[in-house]
Amino acid sequence: MTGSVPVPHTGSMLRRYGQVVALLALLAVEVPVTALAAVMLLLSFALGVIVLFPPQVMMVRALAERNRRLVRRWTDAVIEPPYLPKPPPPVRQPDGMYRSDRTLYKTPRVPAWNDRWKWLLTDPATWRDHLWLLLEPVIKVALLPLLVLAPGRGLRVYAQWSDLLLGATAASRLAGQVLQLRRTRNLAADSQAAEMRRIERDLHDGTQARLVAIGMTLGAAEQLVERDPAAARALLSKAREASSETLTELRRVIRGIHPPVLAERGLADAVRALAMDSPLRVTVDVDLPHRPEAPVEAAAYFAVSELLSNAARHGGARTAAVDISSNGANLRITVTDDGMGGADPSRGSGLAGIERRLAAFEGVMALNSPPGGPTTVTMELPRVLPEDWADDRLKLPRWKAFTVATLWATSWCPTFPQGIVAGVFKILGVEEKSWFLALYLPEPWQWPAIAAMICTGVCMYVLSIRIPALHKREHWMLRAAGPGQRCVA
Amino acid sequence: MRRVLIAEDLYLLRDGLVHLLQAHGFTVVAAVESGPELLKGLLELRPDVSVVDVRLPPTFTDEGLQAALAARTQVPGLPVLVLSQHVEQLYARELLADGSGGIGYLLKDRVFNAEQFVDAVRRVAEGGTAMDPEVIAKLLASNARNEPLAALTPRERDVLEAMAEGRSNAAIAQRLYLSESAVAKHTAGIFAKLGLAPSDDDNRRVLAVLAYLNSR
Repeated sequence: MTGSVPVPHTGSMLRRYGQVVALLALLAVEVPVTALAAVMLLLSFALGVIVLFPPQVMMVRALAERNRRLVRRWTDAVIEPPYLPKPPPPVRQPDGMYRSDRTLYKTPRVPAWNDRWKWLLTDPATWRDHLWLLLEPVIKVALLPLLVLAPGRGLRVYAQWSDLLLGATAASRLAGQVLQLRRTRNLAADSQAAEMRRIERDLHDGTQARLVAIGMTLGAAEQLVERDPAAARALLSKAREASSETLTELRRVIRGIHPPVLAERGLADAVRALAMDSPLRVTVDVDLPHRPEAPVEAAAYFAVSELLSNAARHGGARTAAVDISSNGANLRITVTDDGMGGADPSRGSGLAGIERRLAAFEGVMALNSPPGGPTTVTMELPRVLPEDWADDRLKLPRWKAFTVATLWATSWCPTFPQGIVAGVFKILGVEEKSWFLALYLPEPWQWPAIAAMICTGVCMYVLSIRIPALHKREHWMLRAAGPGQRCVA
Repeated sequence: MRRVLIAEDLYLLRDGLVHLLQAHGFTVVAAVESGPELLKGLLELRPDVSVVDVRLPPTFTDEGLQAALAARTQVPGLPVLVLSQHVEQLYARELLADGSGGIGYLLKDRVFNAEQFVDAVRRVAEGGTAMDPEVIAKLLASNARNEPLAALTPRERDVLEAMAEGRSNAAIAQRLYLSESAVAKHTAGIFAKLGLAPSDDDNRRVLAVLAYLNSR
């Protein structure tokens, strides 16, 4: 919130009062809904009409969501919805049945309903919504004087109250993140498995089969070498040709796994090599101070490769531009072409494949392809570059640095003169009181005061060490979660 | 007797190359297996030609290529034939960038055909070029929308490909079953269509064509 007091214009004041009236008028909806919700809740749990529970929750959620939207519009306070993500649709088993706990069903309806029911029942946000609805009339009445006297301030207090019960909590955010991570992990594992299967198929159908053929040709030549040297020689030259073809084939497979130029030269030169091989006139601009991790490089390389070949094949482009740069610790790739545009990620599997590949790094892709072109694809992979290139996260923010400096500068005072030295004076029975505060106190308070001084001093020392250490730990943990230490299980 | 240096980290292939080249009348002055050894050998022994693998220890990246490029900046035109499991236009351009010739860039599979391989080594030793057909194919593919190239007749295109690989008129004539004078006519046609100054020197002619294809 800004410190300056907004000048109350008549117009804006009128609008504020309008908002207050609307807020109070909403009670006319909220109170009946509260009653209805209570009845439905009673019916579904006391009388067992559990079908009523999901609609009841959705009704309360709709009301809560409307309240979040209104608060955002009136006060600019953004209230993040705290709900857990919807359960995924039930998965069909190999035997065609759907499973819910220990029961099998023929249709996905019952398992889906069960999942939904559990989802709504176990989400704490459901019950926080209910509590909010129940307290709503009380709060509005309590805030009435403030809302009337200072509508702006009153609405802001109301927004804070709404945020308390309707906003996301640390736990709900974490739960959301965990689900998101689990999803990307599954996606990454899936695409890796698919990749492995593809490589296996390539090697099995291509390379292996060709090697068998070469072996057979060589065997035949061996048998013929005595009887018909000319025929044997023909077979041998055929085997040599076949081995050459096998190598070509193998080279293609290797390129699909990890292009050699990427391993040898890194992302920048590998993308330049791609640009040279493309029939388009491609300009490449790479601005990275260091090489990213190998998996990141590979993902970026394949994405650029796919986009360039898309542009050449479908887009009818003549020129393209690839720009790779760092944005803090994020890797940003932009590929632009002058083709006819109109690319649609839902139609081509290529773009979907790129998205899947990027998802493993929580990367996102934005496609801008109006009919008639040009097509611009921007991809961003968050936190994949070493952080110390760009930002100074290790540096303390100013207020923390100031606190630490003050603590270091002052903590000697309570610890030594006021604490330990005063204690020594008292033990030795020195008459001198000097500036030791504790010695000016009545006799029974002197020792406790000395002890308190020492405690204060020690606590200040501990704090001045702890603040920077904690800050570094946050940084360290962030890094540990980055790709640098990603472990392969 | 041509003095040749071989840099290859796989023992079997290194040994095979030594035998192959010795059998064709080369003297192998050194057979090394790492990048630093290669650079030292190139600069101290000044071989008439060297056969170098791109990927060498200690880094197993493009150690061999870097050593060859470094040696050629100190000794311009030092003949080097680079072998690799894969060919890249990028590397071909780097090798050709100084425009001084004496450069070869072939896939390792080309060793299978001993005659052609030895021929390529000889050509490089004489200051010529030996570019892998796959490099040329990539160069032409990336020049697909180049209009003067599109104006070539199929026969002229065949001649251009063979010429870009570094072959002399005689060799092209033999390969395409043409008379040498027919090849000369085609080359003149190609040079006119691409707007290049004609040259009688085989090596200079090849470098001009490669520079044209690379200039895109």
